[in-house]
Amino acid sequence: MAAMKVRLLFFAVLRDITGTGVQELALADGTTAAEVWQGLRDAHAQLAGYAQPPMIAINETYADPGAVLRDGDELAFIPPVAGG
Amino acid sequence: MAYLTDDPIDAQELVRSVMRASDGAYVLFEGVVRNHHDGKAVESIFYDAYRPMAEKEMAKIVDTVSAEFPTTAVTVVHRLGRLVVGDSSIAIVAASPHRAEAFAACRTIIDRVKQTVPIWKKERGPDGEEWVGWQGRC
Repeated sequence: MAAMKVRLLFFAVLRDITGTGVQELALADGTTAAEVWQGLRDAHAQLAGYAQPPMIAINETYADPGAVLRDGDELAFIPPVAGG
Repeated sequence: MAYLTDDPIDAQELVRSVMRASDGAYVLFEGVVRNHHDGKAVESIFYDAYRPMAEKEMAKIVDTVSAEFPTTAVTVVHRLGRLVVGDSSIAIVAASPHRAEAFAACRTIIDRVKQTVPIWKKERGPDGEEWVGWQGRC
């Protein structure tokens, strides 16, 4: 299966939990955002209780968690927003 | 106009930048860091954002509200970084020939900013720090 590269950004609580602001991922073609979230839950115990991903953004636009990622995409999980 | 800043917000300058000679009213909203949240003391708040996306989402809100209230001129600015009690985190100006549209447009903007713009806040108080909205809500 061909690999693609996706840039994964972390903000706020997710940056604290993962200890980084950005990860470069090599993923199999057809990988969805929700599957990336599942991988994060496996890697970080603090996320184990969060079966559903937060809102997600692909290339700075809100997208569906089931969205299939494409090579070169920038993916971000958006924790509950608290602006204002 | 919609933008982020790392500097203190000058609300009166913002008002001057929005007002047109045809405007008979403006509504200025400022969100201010308060010293308590959910019964806990707050000393400061750190605001974080997905900057390019946050500016895009703020611009979308301004565009939509400008279309919904066509006689109204609006601007929103959100400050990021560490703010202390009394600092303004956000300022919104809505100017219009008459007051009703200015009130409505300003209210609509702040309500939507709180729903969709990827900005987060970490409150710091005597008991420690916490990202607002994360625990148990995700």
